[in-house]
Amino acid sequence: MNKLLPEIFIWPFIIGLAYFSIIVLYRFVRWTLGLSKIDKIRIWKGLRSRKTLDSAIEAFREGLLHRKIFRTNPVLGYMHMSLAFGWFLLIVFGHFEAVAYKGSLSFPVYLPIFFRFFVDGIETYPFMHFFASLMDLLLLFVLSGVSLAYYKRFNKKLFGMKKATRLKSGDRIALTALWLIFPLRLLAESFSAGQLKNGGIITQPLGNLFSLFVPLELTTPVTWLAYSFALGFFFVSLPNSRYMHIPAEVFFIFLRNYSVRLKKRVNTYSLVQVFSCSRCGICLDTCQLNLANIHTQSVYVLKNIRNKNLTDEVLFNCLLCGKCQQVCPVGIELIDLRITQRIESTLQYNSSYSYLAGGEVKQADVVYFAGCMTHLTPSIKKSMLQIFAYSGVDYWFMDEHKAPCCGRPLMQAGQYDAAAVLIENNQQKILASGAKKLVVSCPICYKVFIEDYNLPDIKVQHHSEYLFELMQMGSLPKRLTSEKSIYHDPCELGRGSGIYDKPRKLLSNYTSLIPIMNEKEKSLCCGGSLSNIKIQMSERDIITNNALDEYLQYSPDSLITSCPLCKKTFARGNKIMVKDISEVVAASIVQKNKSNACADKKVLEQAL
Amino acid sequence: MGKSIVTIGGGIAGIEASGILAELGYAVSVIEKEPDFGGKLKNWDHLFPNMRKAEEIEDYLSRKGKTPGITLFPNTTIASFENIKSGFVLKSNHGVSYSAHAVIVATGFEVFSAERKEEYGYKIYDNVITSADLEKRLKSGTPLTTLAGKTPQRIAFIHCVGSRDAKVGNTYCSKVCCVTGVKQAIEVNKLLPATQIFNFYMDLRMHGLEHEEIYKTAQEKHNIQFIRGRLSEVSENIDHSLLIKAEDTLSGRPLKMNVDLVVLLVGMEPGVGTTAIGKACNIEFNQYGYLKIPDVHLAGNLTSRKGIFVAGSCSCPMSVKDTIEHARSAAFEVHRYLIEN
Repeated sequence: MNKLLPEIFIWPFIIGLAYFSIIVLYRFVRWTLGLSKIDKIRIWKGLRSRKTLDSAIEAFREGLLHRKIFRTNPVLGYMHMSLAFGWFLLIVFGHFEAVAYKGSLSFPVYLPIFFRFFVDGIETYPFMHFFASLMDLLLLFVLSGVSLAYYKRFNKKLFGMKKATRLKSGDRIALTALWLIFPLRLLAESFSAGQLKNGGIITQPLGNLFSLFVPLELTTPVTWLAYSFALGFFFVSLPNSRYMHIPAEVFFIFLRNYSVRLKKRVNTYSLVQVFSCSRCGICLDTCQLNLANIHTQSVYVLKNIRNKNLTDEVLFNCLLCGKCQQVCPVGIELIDLRITQRIESTLQYNSSYSYLAGGEVKQADVVYFAGCMTHLTPSIKKSMLQIFAYSGVDYWFMDEHKAPCCGRPLMQAGQYDAAAVLIENNQQKILASGAKKLVVSCPICYKVFIEDYNLPDIKVQHHSEYLFELMQMGSLPKRLTSEKSIYHDPCELGRGSGIYDKPRKLLSNYTSLIPIMNEKEKSLCCGGSLSNIKIQMSERDIITNNALDEYLQYSPDSLITSCPLCKKTFARGNKIMVKDISEVVAASIVQKNKSNACADKKVLEQAL
Repeated sequence: MGKSIVTIGGGIAGIEASGILAELGYAVSVIEKEPDFGGKLKNWDHLFPNMRKAEEIEDYLSRKGKTPGITLFPNTTIASFENIKSGFVLKSNHGVSYSAHAVIVATGFEVFSAERKEEYGYKIYDNVITSADLEKRLKSGTPLTTLAGKTPQRIAFIHCVGSRDAKVGNTYCSKVCCVTGVKQAIEVNKLLPATQIFNFYMDLRMHGLEHEEIYKTAQEKHNIQFIRGRLSEVSENIDHSLLIKAEDTLSGRPLKMNVDLVVLLVGMEPGVGTTAIGKACNIEFNQYGYLKIPDVHLAGNLTSRKGIFVAGSCSCPMSVKDTIEHARSAAFEVHRYLIEN
């Protein structure tokens, strides 16, 4: 067929694709080279293992089908799926069609993209009508996603979302280009179909219709050129827009499956995660800081890191509750990423912890570490000591007098070096005690003991787990009361450490728990978090009171938690009786002693 | 004149304001939820600044309560509150209706519940008491001992418990606790001269003509030691003595001390009654939960609603002296209002 500008109009697309490929390849190489030696070995080993296949499957499932977004938000999921998977199928079947047409695998890269421009309806090749209609249907599928995307910009509520992310100029160019690609393709193919009779079930009738009143000789090449420009602009703007998440996410999935991990230091793996954020905005609505009108959510932090304009105000104004990480469809390690960034952005203090040296170490079976927040909620400490005494445990109360910090608050504040000194000190003492178990009363401490301490052969347990174990061994009294309670999952214990069931099973021996809407993975933060060093007290109060009001709707007799900080924060709200799980257990001990005493008295009286 | 007034609360402010209004010829009904009148005054032993017995004021108030024109209604609470053309109709829990041309709210304050400052161990450790507890003990005349009956060798008074503390939700100063702490320290020193006494403070707010003198006397004559620093936590030793941790901010060093008794100088909070009545009358509260006055300088006894007045510590923390003055000015405001309307 004679075409007006067959060679010229494909160039915007070719240039765009070439630029995109070079930049993305360059980034993949740079990211890989920037990893530590161990990570590189992990990748090398992983490449030849099953992990590669698993990664490919996961990339297909998450990058194209967007299964996780589907699960949290079906409409949003469909939008992403129709765009990504639909486009993918267009490319794949476009290539099949080109193969069918050429009868060989060698054809120019642009042929499948501009197929209906080049191929006349008179020419024949295998399955041509099938291909024509299939491509039409696929295009329709993609266009349904595009129209949802249009709609979303103007009406977020359809998606059940209160907020959408703010755009910057690179994103805007890419977004406009993306929005134009598929409508232009539909138009161009319809115009060509009007001239060449090569359309499918949608483009052919449209083409016939257009041929009645549109000067096709002019509009056909112009629209194909516009389509090529839209593609070219999209590819050129992609590396500097949020759409970089498309290639980055695939890369991230592979690295994650090859066991590459974040290591409290900013490296190229943290950069890969930053680039993998699609700015879908799912993390925005789940954040409780919205209540206090604070806009420092993860999507903004990642964006600021990418744009190199992150401020302390944004970075440190976060409760690290982990709700965003729970819902992130890409699985970005938002908490660790933020802590890593805090370590990077913080001037390390040259603290002296010389006073920690020395100090007694007692030999015992169990080391008990209460933590500073437990010292500020002494009824928890008292309850634990009562339980230890009752169960006859041989324990050493490690921080009874000289109380060293576990190190986690420093870690959360980015003070890695100072935290490391404390960790080293505590680690040595715990190991020297010869204990087989470390029981911790505070979930904040618990998490650092699990993550950052090196305690071989010592089992670290939060007291809720430990008490559950004692209960199973029959070392604790059971006493079911008529009280109805709500169990509040502390962030660090629940989402942070995945401990949801043991506290509930333990409590079921003492009280009946009311099931609530926001529990377990969805549980609310109390607002007391130590890790937010920018928030105002009045802003904390808003978050605390909001959570309390939600709990009060269920009219519980008491609120039970297993974190001293949650307890203290909720008690401050002064709306309901707040107890720690250890207090609930210890109360039954007191009761038992009293009833024993009564029984003893009766026996005595009878004897007299 | 034949106009009637209802006063809600039969404490110092309620009785004082009602007494004056009765003297002016109004019919005043005083509603009190407790069986007797006088409010928290009956729990106090001596009053600063002149150390007079609180009973003297009690006697004064009980005479005042007998002014012709006053009717006292003990064991009564307000169940409903209604607006009518000439004023208000209040219904009690006993089903009795009171009509009033003006209402005085004098529901007073509540002592901060020290359990909420859990790190100080109130109701967890045996020998942690509040200033209100100590006042009762002093009044009862029984010897001041630890729970085990031992004479305390060392006592620590902790200032600002539940006041000026965002962590318990109260950012304001309760005004009376500083001088109460110094007063009680002196009293304890008089009872137990051999006992060492330490007051832990942030800063001492000794406003009032004589208060600074009391503070000076406490140091010079009564050997009371003042340590500038807020307490971080209290823990209990095996012998039920207490280990307190604080920072001495003058020497800039952390401090640990064993004491036998800890006295928490608890602040003031809006009472449960104040909150309930305020809601029932539909008048505004300020950010601290006290009843809101429209003008701090010129309308200290008015509320957001015409015809409803406020007297005493339901509008902000007040000493006994301030409460009486505030009640008198409330009586004057009510009188002026009833003449004008």
